Amino acid sequence: MESKEKYLLRMEHVSKDFYGTKVLKNINISVKSGEIIGLVGENGAGKSTLMNILFGNPIIHETGGFEGKIIFDGKEVNFASPFDAINAGIGMVHQEFIFIPGFTAIENILLNKEPTRYSFFSEIFGDKLNVLNREEMKKRAIEAIKILGIELNPEIIVKEMPVGHKQFIEIAREIDRKLLKLLVLDEPTAVLTESEADIAMKAIKKLAAKGVSVIFISHRLQEILDSCDRIIVLKDGSVQKELIPSDTNPREVAEYMIGHELTKSIWKSKEIRKISETILEVNNLWVDMPGEQVNGASFKVNKGEIFGIGGLTGQGKLGIANGIMGLHPAEGEVKFKGKPIFLNNSKYVLEQGIAFVSEDRRGLGLILDQPIFKNITFTAMQIKDMFLKSLLGGLIKWSDDKAMFKITREYIDALQIKCESEKQLVRELSGGNQQKLCMAKVFVLQPELIFVSEPTRGIDVGAKSLVLDTLCEYNRKYGITIIMASSELVELRAICERIAIVDEGRISGILPPTAELVEFGLLMLGIKSKKRETIGK
Amino acid sequence: MKKKIQNIIENFGLPRIIIFLFLVLLFILTPFVGIRFDTSINDIIVRFGMNGILVLSLIPMVKTGCGLNFGLQLGIIAGILGAVISIEMEMIGFTGFFTAIGIAIFFAVIFGFLYGLLLNKVKGDEMVVATYVGFSSVSFMSIMWLMLPFKSPNMIWAYGGSGLRTTINTKGYWFHVLTDFLKIKIGNYIFFPSGTILFFAFLTFLVWAFFKTKIGTAMIVVGSNTDYANSCGINVDKMRSISVILSTVIAAIGIIVYQESFGFIQLYTAPLFMAFPAVAALLLGGATVGKASIKNVIIGVFLFQSILTMTPSVVSNIIKSDMSETIRIILSNGMIVYALTRITRVRT
Repeated sequence: MESKEKYLLRMEHVSKDFYGTKVLKNINISVKSGEIIGLVGENGAGKSTLMNILFGNPIIHETGGFEGKIIFDGKEVNFASPFDAINAGIGMVHQEFIFIPGFTAIENILLNKEPTRYSFFSEIFGDKLNVLNREEMKKRAIEAIKILGIELNPEIIVKEMPVGHKQFIEIAREIDRKLLKLLVLDEPTAVLTESEADIAMKAIKKLAAKGVSVIFISHRLQEILDSCDRIIVLKDGSVQKELIPSDTNPREVAEYMIGHELTKSIWKSKEIRKISETILEVNNLWVDMPGEQVNGASFKVNKGEIFGIGGLTGQGKLGIANGIMGLHPAEGEVKFKGKPIFLNNSKYVLEQGIAFVSEDRRGLGLILDQPIFKNITFTAMQIKDMFLKSLLGGLIKWSDDKAMFKITREYIDALQIKCESEKQLVRELSGGNQQKLCMAKVFVLQPELIFVSEPTRGIDVGAKSLVLDTLCEYNRKYGITIIMASSELVELRAICERIAIVDEGRISGILPPTAELVEFGLLMLGIKSKKRETIGK
Repeated sequence: MKKKIQNIIENFGLPRIIIFLFLVLLFILTPFVGIRFDTSINDIIVRFGMNGILVLSLIPMVKTGCGLNFGLQLGIIAGILGAVISIEMEMIGFTGFFTAIGIAIFFAVIFGFLYGLLLNKVKGDEMVVATYVGFSSVSFMSIMWLMLPFKSPNMIWAYGGSGLRTTINTKGYWFHVLTDFLKIKIGNYIFFPSGTILFFAFLTFLVWAFFKTKIGTAMIVVGSNTDYANSCGINVDKMRSISVILSTVIAAIGIIVYQESFGFIQLYTAPLFMAFPAVAALLLGGATVGKASIKNVIIGVFLFQSILTMTPSVVSNIIKSDMSETIRIILSNGMIVYALTRITRVRT
């Protein structure tokens, strides 16, 4: 009993399932007062769910609660809402900023806990009409900012601040809580520059020294190794390993996170083809895609190869294709077959022979309320003037339904799309068949290069391999160059000849599919090859 | 059998079936309240021809996702301008009619272009903005009708000698040129306005054909899924503008056909509430805010005009008071409310 008392937080045998799918299995975590715990894991390892349980996110209760016990500060707790968690002394800084953009830093830091002063009206209407004590507010805000150790004018309106400062305001708001005992930071350094991140890490250590416990979620492995007292690695919903930073190295952490190799290689192709001609050259590409920002990616793709782009969610692997295709504002130099490509112009890019199978199948890839044959032919009609009959000497371009039906039937057979007829509405098809339709739509354009984003997301296992096989087949048969972005390393390593890993909007390295799994993991965690040599050994 | 009936009900829509049955009931009632059956039928056909094109004009905008054109008045004003200018020019017969249409199209293209620019800036709120565009343009033109330098003694106020009258007679110019074209008389009380119906059919064909072309297809894509359209390299704003211009032009033609059949050009605040009945008719025909077809136009105009013709005459013969305006307002506004509550904003 005595030994248990010194832990601020203990989570015992915590399990959680969403509609039958187990996402957390028997998690046991203890946090001492003043300890910094680093929580690492791949996307979907269960980090967010675990934190949602701790923080009393309503979604947990709406989906049937959780199993196990949480003991916080000596008492068993089960927070029904984040408010309860806050009152108990838990603070959370989210990945997305949550504050009022039009308020000053002071007002945001002290939002809903402002010190007040008695006024004449309070006599009549009660405490609700106390006035704000501005001087006190400023004092407290400056105090909180001082702990962070940064220079920041608290009178500035938050929306006009640089991104890094916004993140500090979020942290300062939690620091200001007098009874703060445990602070959860979800990727707090993701938007910070290196020097800002250093300051933030120092502030977090200072906070810990004052007795506040910190759970720190980050994918920047180096930060975790540098500043945490203990590292907990989550994998597939259970605690894979607890590590002490001084006794480990990035390679070990990455290995625990991503797992060991089961078989030597899953790469399907026997030989690596010798291809040297460059078809696409990307230099310093910047894409402003929300949640998938690209910050200066550069790479070259050879003609006829299948080029993979991997990386953790939100690091920008999807932004590359969306940017080049003109769907999100982009900047940089992109050369296709040696010729520079104008960015931010979808039509132009399509006309050059580049096409895109979007990750947003239902939103942007298909028109759900239109029949199959129209979905397949719309783009080709608009871009290449296919399926049109010229009437009155070319004055009228009349749609040629017969030709549309013919090509649709061909693709239904070729890609084994299961449907009643070519006139069936796309909405009624299964996810896998919708994905095949998206590919058919692109193949009709007879492109030289296609971008494919998350081709197997949300479709069943059988359809998955069919989709991948189809990509390989079109690549081999028609020489179409394929650039495939996927969260699933397995499938990238199964069909790609080279795999680029994206981290924080940049290419952190390119590996052959036969490289060891842990190498991919290290790249995803932002450990550059140079650093790796020195740290890894 | 039960399934079959359910299918029919689903295909045709419950509101339409109810209205249709109500209509049948009214027809059955006609002899008992002392109304001639054949004149009623005739009224319905004539009104169908009068209003059909106005309802048709809503189609292009619905197809590109601009919603129901509550700013129909803009097209109507273009049409009125065409009509009064052709009368000012003393054009008579078919020449006058087509001159009016030609001038109206000219104005409609300009108005539609500007209207389109505006609607592209307020994506998502087109219908609210359109309503006010319609209302304010009518008010603005109420001033202009007084100020514009028209001279024809058939149109200006008899006293004062300037400014246009509230209603202008088209008799002597192009009254019933279409209606009387190839007119078929059946018995003493029924005649079939072949010209009007043929003209309506012709325009309907053009609209249908337009949506079979490359541009038309692109517009349907824009209306179905803007993101998809963007990813195919379609210029969404341009397609929307074209649809707005098209809607405005057809509305301008529609009002001229209406005036030709009705016999009067109504100015000032008369166009104010022209949009609601047209929209209501389309909705009654089974269209929704996001989806409308030619079939909806034809069914809708037929049902709406039938109810408008039959209900007042039957009801007022029973309760001996004039109910036509009340019924028109209840029906059109009720239908619009019904449709607006059914908007589903699905984002998958």
